[in-house]
Amino acid sequence: MAVVRYREALNQALREEMQRDERVIVMGEDIGVFHGAYKVTAGLLEEFGEARVRDTPISENTIVGMGVGAAMTGIRPVVELMTINFSLLAYDQIVNHAAHIRYMFGGQVAVPLVVRMPQGAGHQLGPTHSHSFEALYLHVPGLLVAVPSTAADAKGLLKAAIRDDNPVVFIEHEYLYGQRGDVPEDGDHVVRFGEAAVRRSGDDVTIVGISRMAVTAERAAATLADEHGVSAEVIDPRTLRPLDLDTILASVAKTNRCVVVEEGWPHGGVGANLAALIQEQAFDDLDAPIVRVTGADVPMPYSKPLEQIAFPHEPQVVEAALATLREV
Amino acid sequence: MATTSAASKRRSEAPPPLPEPGVAREWLETMVLIRRFEERAGEMYAKAKIGGFLHLAIGEEATIVGAVRAMRERDYLISTYRSHGHALARGTSADAVMAELFGKQDGCSHGRGGSMHMFDLERRFMGGYGIVGGNLPIAAGFGLSSDLLGTDDVTVCMFGDGASNQGTFGETMNLAALWKLPVVFMVTNNQFGMGTALARHSAVTDLQRKGESFGVPGTRCDGMDVLDTHRVLSEAIRRAREERQPVLVEAITYRFRGHSMADPEDYRTKEQVAEWRKRDPIELFSKRLVEEGVLDEDAVRALDEAAVARIDEAVAFADASPFPAPESLYDDVYVLGDQVRGWYSVDERSPEPHKGEDERGMDRAALAGADEYERHAGGGREPRPADEAQGTA
Repeated sequence: MAVVRYREALNQALREEMQRDERVIVMGEDIGVFHGAYKVTAGLLEEFGEARVRDTPISENTIVGMGVGAAMTGIRPVVELMTINFSLLAYDQIVNHAAHIRYMFGGQVAVPLVVRMPQGAGHQLGPTHSHSFEALYLHVPGLLVAVPSTAADAKGLLKAAIRDDNPVVFIEHEYLYGQRGDVPEDGDHVVRFGEAAVRRSGDDVTIVGISRMAVTAERAAATLADEHGVSAEVIDPRTLRPLDLDTILASVAKTNRCVVVEEGWPHGGVGANLAALIQEQAFDDLDAPIVRVTGADVPMPYSKPLEQIAFPHEPQVVEAALATLREV
Repeated sequence: MATTSAASKRRSEAPPPLPEPGVAREWLETMVLIRRFEERAGEMYAKAKIGGFLHLAIGEEATIVGAVRAMRERDYLISTYRSHGHALARGTSADAVMAELFGKQDGCSHGRGGSMHMFDLERRFMGGYGIVGGNLPIAAGFGLSSDLLGTDDVTVCMFGDGASNQGTFGETMNLAALWKLPVVFMVTNNQFGMGTALARHSAVTDLQRKGESFGVPGTRCDGMDVLDTHRVLSEAIRRAREERQPVLVEAITYRFRGHSMADPEDYRTKEQVAEWRKRDPIELFSKRLVEEGVLDEDAVRALDEAAVARIDEAVAFADASPFPAPESLYDDVYVLGDQVRGWYSVDERSPEPHKGEDERGMDRAALAGADEYERHAGGGREPRPADEAQGTA
C-alpha cells in the first residue's frame, strides 16, 4: 500500500493500462502539454507520445464521437471531458451512439470507450461548472456508470473501466482529487463493477452515499456514533450500473432504515431511483420511510454562503438518519 | 438553380470512359437492384409490413454505387438514415436488408435498428445513423483507428446537405484536417434538408467550399452520373489513402421521392421533379451502355427482371423470417462476461422483481406483454382478419 492522492491514483491507472495494452489511448482538451485541467494526465504525453496522448480542440461532441468510432474499430479510447457540465455537449454521442450502437446494430460491435470527467460543487464555479449528473447517465441503458469516492477505488475502477468492453461513464469529483488514501501498488488492482463497499458496519440505519457523499456519509456516521449513540452502516455503491442492490438490501434487512445521500438534484435522482427499488424489493423490511438528502433543486449559485447550503453536508445527513429513528 | 447548371457544364465536357464491360454491367445491376428494392420497400410500407420511418434513395443510386465501387473491401463506409442502398451496394443481401425493414430476426441488425440503422460489420458497412450529422465524428474515429493501427483503410462518410449545418460538421472537418485522418466526406446534396431547400438552409450553397476554412479541400461530382461519381471519389479516396488528406466531395443529386413516406412534397414543384427525372441516373447509364454496345435492350430488360425477381425473394425471405424472440429483448444491451455482478438492467414491466437481463432464462408466456407480442408477431398462427385490415390501413 502507498498513500497517494485520488488524482495520482487515476494517473497510475491510466499509465498502467497504457503500458499493459497499446490499444489504450487518451484524448481530451488540454490533457497533454497542459497535463489536464486537474492534472490527472500528468506525464502521459512524455511517456507515451502524441499518437496515444492527444490534445483535442474544444469540440466535446466530436471527440466523444471519435472515441465511439475508434472504439468500434479496435482502439480503447479514454476521453477526458473537463467537467461533467461540458459532457452535455456530448450527450448526443454518449446516449444515441456510445450507449445504443451495440443494441441497435444487433450486437455486431462493442464500444469499449471510457468517458472520464469530474463533477461537484464547492469551488464557487457557478451554474455551468458545478453540477452532479450521475442520474443523467444512470438513466441510460447501455452505459456503465462509476462514481469512485476513494483513491483506491478511483484506480481500481478506472482500470476495470478501461478493460471492460462496454461504454463507461466514469465520474470523478473535483473535491476528491486532492484527497489521499491507501492504494494497492499491485498493477492488477482492479475493482470489479457491481460490487458495493461497506465503508462502516452498523445496525441502526443504512446510509448510502454517492460519489463524494460517501465520504460525507462516513463522517456523519462517526458523529452519529459519538454524539447520538446511533450505529450507522455506510454503503458506497461505487458503480450505479451495474448496481449492487443486493448489498444494499441485505443492509436494509438488518437496519430497517435507509438514507440516500447524493449531490445531484432530487427529482429523478439516484436517491429517487434507489428508494423505488428498495421499497419494491424490501417493503416489509422498512420501519420508516426512506429519506433522501440531495442537492438543492436549483442551479448552483456562485456566492459562497449560498453555494454551501445548496449541497449536502454532514449535519443534514445526521439529521436525516435520526429522522428515520424517531418514534412516529 | 446554380447546381444544375454546374452539373450540366460538366456534362458538356468529354464524358468519363466506361469501365470494363463486366464492371459496367455490375454497376448498372446494383443501381437497378437498389431502385427496385426501394420501390418494393415503399409498397411494403403501404402494406404496413414496414413500420416507423422509411427514407428512400430513389434518384440517388449513382451517388451510392459510384462511391462504393471506388472503395476497397477493407475501407469503412458510414452513412445516414437513408442507407438501404448503401448496405446493398456493399454486398449485404437484399434478404437481410428487407428482413431488417420487416423487423425480423434475420435482418442485418437483427430487427433492433430498422430502416435508419442498417449495419454489416463483415462488409465494413459501419452503419446508418438516425441523428443528422451524428455519423461524422464516428467516421473520424474510424480514421483515427486506421492511423493508430497503421493500416491504409480509408473511411467514406456520407451525409446530406442538411447535415452540413450541424456543429459536428465543422468540428469533424477541423479534427480530420488537424490530425490528417484518411476520411472522405461525401455530402450528397439532394437539394433539400427534409423539406427546406438548400438556399433556405445554408448561407453557402456551394457545399464543396464548406470544408475549406477547416483545411479540408472540396471537390464536386455529378451525382446523377455513376461514372463521374466514381471518378471523383476514386481520386478523393486516393488522396485520403496516400496523402492522408481528408477531402470533402459534394455529389449533386436529387431524390425523386419525398423525404420519407409521410411527405406531401409541398416544398417543390412537379415541374422541378420532372426536370430532374430527365437525368435519371439509371436511364442515363443504361442508355450509354446500350449506345456503346456493352448491353443491348434485351439485356437491360433481363437485368431489370432479375432484380425484380431478387426482390421477390427478399420479400419472401423477410416474410418467413421470425420476429426476434421476446426473451431476446435484453440481449446485446451490454457485453456480459465474467465481470457481471449486480443489476445492469431493471425490468419494471412486471410486478415480480427481476433484473432485465434475467429475462433470458424466463418462460415466454410469463413475460410482461406476452399477449401483445403474440398479437404483433402472429405467434406462428395463420394471418387473421385483423392482420389483413392492418395491411390496408
